[in-house]
Amino acid sequence: MLNIQNLKCYHGRIQAIKGVDLFIGKGELVTLVGANGSGKSTLVQAVCGLLNEWKGEIRFENELLAGLKPSSIVKRGISMVPEGRMIFSTLSVLDNLKLGAYTRYRKKRMAEAVENDLQMVLDLFPVLKDRASQPAGTLSGGEQQMLAIGRALMARPKLLVLDEPSVGLAPLLVRKILSTLEQLRNQGLTILLIEQNAHAALEIADRGYVIETGRVVLEGAASDLLNDEELKKVYLGKDYCESYPKNFIPLRCCN
Amino acid sequence: MKPECFKNRLYYGIFLPVIAVSGFVIDSPYYLQVLTFIGINTLLTIGLNMLMGYAGQISLGHAAFYGIGAYTTTILTVHFDFSPWAALPCTLVVTGMVAFLVGLPMLKLTGYYLGMGTLGFGMIVYVLFREWSHVTGGSSGMVGIPSLSLGPVSFSDSRNYFYLVWMIVLVCIVFCQRLIQSRVGRALRSISDSENAAKALGVDTKDLKLKIFILSALFAAMAGFLYAHLVTFISPGSFDFMVSIRMVTMVVIGGMASIWGALLGASVLTLLPECLHAFADFEMVVYGLILMLIMIFMPRGLTRGLMDIYERSVSKQI
Repeated sequence: MLNIQNLKCYHGRIQAIKGVDLFIGKGELVTLVGANGSGKSTLVQAVCGLLNEWKGEIRFENELLAGLKPSSIVKRGISMVPEGRMIFSTLSVLDNLKLGAYTRYRKKRMAEAVENDLQMVLDLFPVLKDRASQPAGTLSGGEQQMLAIGRALMARPKLLVLDEPSVGLAPLLVRKILSTLEQLRNQGLTILLIEQNAHAALEIADRGYVIETGRVVLEGAASDLLNDEELKKVYLGKDYCESYPKNFIPLRCCN
Repeated sequence: MKPECFKNRLYYGIFLPVIAVSGFVIDSPYYLQVLTFIGINTLLTIGLNMLMGYAGQISLGHAAFYGIGAYTTTILTVHFDFSPWAALPCTLVVTGMVAFLVGLPMLKLTGYYLGMGTLGFGMIVYVLFREWSHVTGGSSGMVGIPSLSLGPVSFSDSRNYFYLVWMIVLVCIVFCQRLIQSRVGRALRSISDSENAAKALGVDTKDLKLKIFILSALFAAMAGFLYAHLVTFISPGSFDFMVSIRMVTMVVIGGMASIWGALLGASVLTLLPECLHAFADFEMVVYGLILMLIMIFMPRGLTRGLMDIYERSVSKQI
């Protein structure tokens, strides 16, 4: 579905991504893990059209994305949950969700479908239903993250890209968010999950990529990566399962 | 009924009768003209509030569009013998095109830089009004602007002009409220919250900012048109830097992102100098002091400040 080849991204004179190849198949949940400053968010920005200075090839459903505006990319089916949630704090929860369907509302006949999707999102995150008319800025961190995901789903994406959805959330909330992503994947949605929290992401992912200083250093099935000795040393810590709940509650460990 | 909906009906409930009754009760042409000026300033403030309050883009040179509106209609009616109603669409088209050409490069800027850019534009236009004397009349301005009339109704009568201006203000208020509640309005408000997040959702922020910049310029042009045909004489001094600053003050004092706030801000800042004549030499000191006090005690503007006071008193009674 998404095919990235030899991607090089620049922030002015600084090269943040130095030739990355990445592939996501339909219905897959792929995670891209890496430390701060490794280039994860830059890659997301390039895919979503928010960064213009890049070379290489990004294809979505065999169509090149080069030169497309973010609005055109959203229309083609890529929706993003930005880092730090970036909800519209002065707008109501409902208005935030409706904004997610901004590119769809243009067609009158879509109004009913959008209303149905709104109901679907509110069923997925019932807490948002109770707070629908509240300004989004008054929600807690976890609720804001749910709103950000719900807002992205309102565009009815083919590919959902999440940039560090677990940042700043309590372990239980991280678990809730990740299990929702698993649920969405099981319903057939393709997901690209960018995470620092490597084990939490790999627990639910089908495949994973590890990125370091702008280069993919490791890739493979998520289960293989979880058992990779190098990765354990660098990101997971040798006895990571025993280390929780200091950091997080891994899904499968809990189960 | 939602609280917002209730508030809106309350404001209409106050606004419509006050305007309707004022026109009947007040006989003095002076007072009617002051109220007409409030209407013209309200148009300016609503337009600027759409840009500043809702879209979060500052403009410190909006008097330029006000002036372009006034000068275009004046030049067309005085030099080219256009009827004022024929000059109106031309005025709007000319101002819209200038706003488009200026907004296209200018709106790439944000924050202070946009403020500086628009400030520069306002200065250039002011100098143009003053120095391009064979077209604009230079510093001495232009006289002989015809009054408006529509069939048998002459708007040289203060009362008729008062109703004309406030009818236009009412149409603009309804239009802006509908716009704000629409899909485009939501997108507009999202830009001031987080432009990047709005982009990520597919909002073409560049395009939308330009459109709202043009809309606010058109409001200013309409105000300029009404101003020119009301006073029948214009000079560059009416469109200088201080006028732009006064517009921004009206928006802030009334309340950012509030249509009714724009009306209140325009009313207070138009009436205040009229009421402060008694202070003679200290007029500006008292004027400044009042503005300071409003901002200290009602930092979110008069509309929200007064609403907060009302809500506090209601909750105390409960």
